[in-house]
Parts: sequence; C-alpha cells; structure tokens
Amino acid sequence: MRLLSAFLVGLIFGVGIAVSGMINPAKVLNFFDIAGTWDPSLIFVMGGALITTFLGYRVVLRRPAPLLEPKFMLPTARDIDARLIGGSAVFGLGWGIAGFCPGAALPALGSGKWEVAAFVVALIAGIWVARTAQARSAGRAPA
Amino acid sequence: MTGLETTFTPLQSLAGGVLIGLSAVLLMWLQGRILGATGILAGLVTGNAPGERSWRAAMVAGMIAGPLVVLAMTGQMPAVDVPVSLPMILVGGFIVGIGVTYGSGCTSGHGVCGMARLSPRSIVATLTFMVACFATVYVIRHVLGV
Repeated sequence: MRLLSAFLVGLIFGVGIAVSGMINPAKVLNFFDIAGTWDPSLIFVMGGALITTFLGYRVVLRRPAPLLEPKFMLPTARDIDARLIGGSAVFGLGWGIAGFCPGAALPALGSGKWEVAAFVVALIAGIWVARTAQARSAGRAPA
Repeated sequence: MTGLETTFTPLQSLAGGVLIGLSAVLLMWLQGRILGATGILAGLVTGNAPGERSWRAAMVAGMIAGPLVVLAMTGQMPAVDVPVSLPMILVGGFIVGIGVTYGSGCTSGHGVCGMARLSPRSIVATLTFMVACFATVYVIRHVLGV
C-alpha cells in the first residue's frame, strides 16, 4: 500500500513536471534569462503548485494523523543560518549552470536522454560527498 | 551563446503546477511527509534502513514514468532540450548536489512545500537560490557569453 501510494504520488508529480515544462532545461534557463530569451512560464508552474499545496495542506494538516503513518513528519529546524543560505546559493549556482533541479531531473530520466542521466549521476555524487562530509564533521564535533 | 527560444505556455504550466501541488498534498495526506526531491534522493543514496529506501525507490519510479504517461496520452514525448555542454551538466549537477544537501532542500521541498507552509527557512532558501540562479544565468549568457 505504501509502495503503491508512493508510486502514484511520484507519477502525478512526474506528469506535472512534464506537462508544466519544468522537465525542459531550455525552458527553465529561459525563465532565468530576463535579459535574453525570456519565457515567464515558470511563474505559472510555481503559482499553480503553491496555491494547490497551500490550500491542500490547510485541509490535510487539520487531520490528527496521515492515513498510512502514525503522525505527520514536518521539518522542525527553524534556524536561518549560513548553512541554509550558503547551501541554497550554491544550489542556485549549479541550477543556473546545468538547467536542471533535482525534482525536474528525476522525471526527465523518463525521456531517455543521456544528458539527464549524466546530470543525475553528478547530482548523486554531489549529495554523497556532502553527506559524507557532514557525517564526518558531526562525528568530530564535541557531544 | 544565447538561449534556445521556447514558447510561453501559461495554461499547460499552470495545469502542470497544479498536478505538482496535488502530488505534494497527497503525500502529506497519505504519509505525512514533505515532497522534496532532495530528501527522496538523499534517503535513497545514504539511507540505511531498507524500509526507508523502498518507498522512495517506488516514488522515483513513478516520477520517471511521468513523461511516459504523457507520451502514451498525447503521442508525444515532452521536450527535454539541454542547451549546455556535458562539462557544464556534470559540474552543475555536482554543485547542485552539494548545495541542496547543505541547504536542506530544493525547488520542490523549499520552493513548493516549505513556502506553502509559510516556513521562514524555506522562504529565505527559495529567494536565495532563485536570485543565485538569475545571477548565474545572466553571467554565463551575457557576461561570459558561453
């Protein structure tokens, strides 16, 4: 049940990424190129996703618990620190270089294009290196 | 090099955005979780418990099937045009992986789910990566002229 529901959630997300045009790096990079071949479509992707999620969360989070798990698992971190801002800035840099963000690259794998696979391999390598570095520095930190 | 021209698609983009939002709401309703591509990938790559890996793998399989469903319904594979070179794909991908790990999220987790929860962290993160991406594309295309 958990696997089937996760597959269906992924499928709806993947169809949404594909239909919206987020799947296409040419379109994504053009959104960020106001001074050049600007394509404002991504405003509509973000708008549609945000309004739907904002309204849906208000209904869902009023329930005592989710359907398949004992409780909601919401992020608890509250600090706006250098790690959050620095990491996000680095992400924006990479996004501007390659044209893919993680949530667009995964569905884009379905297109069978080798460029997408290359991006995802590099993405996973980056996540792995950063996670390993984080685990090391956490291990060194005094308890 | 200037960008490849793309067509402005407000209606499809809005409809796709609503589907992305719907998937995020469904995951919260079913499993009580934020839908973030970063967290899903990180859990797959470095997760230890097998139960934590299987549902994430199922979700990624669903995501990959997304464009194939669009192909089956419309007879056309959605366009995936990559206007950058292989070194840029690899360097960009690696940098994205580092950034989303330290920033604890990407466009889906911070930009959609976190912003929808009005989380101050996610609002700051989203503004930061959007501004950084605008600046990067400007420098690459209009200063360096790559």
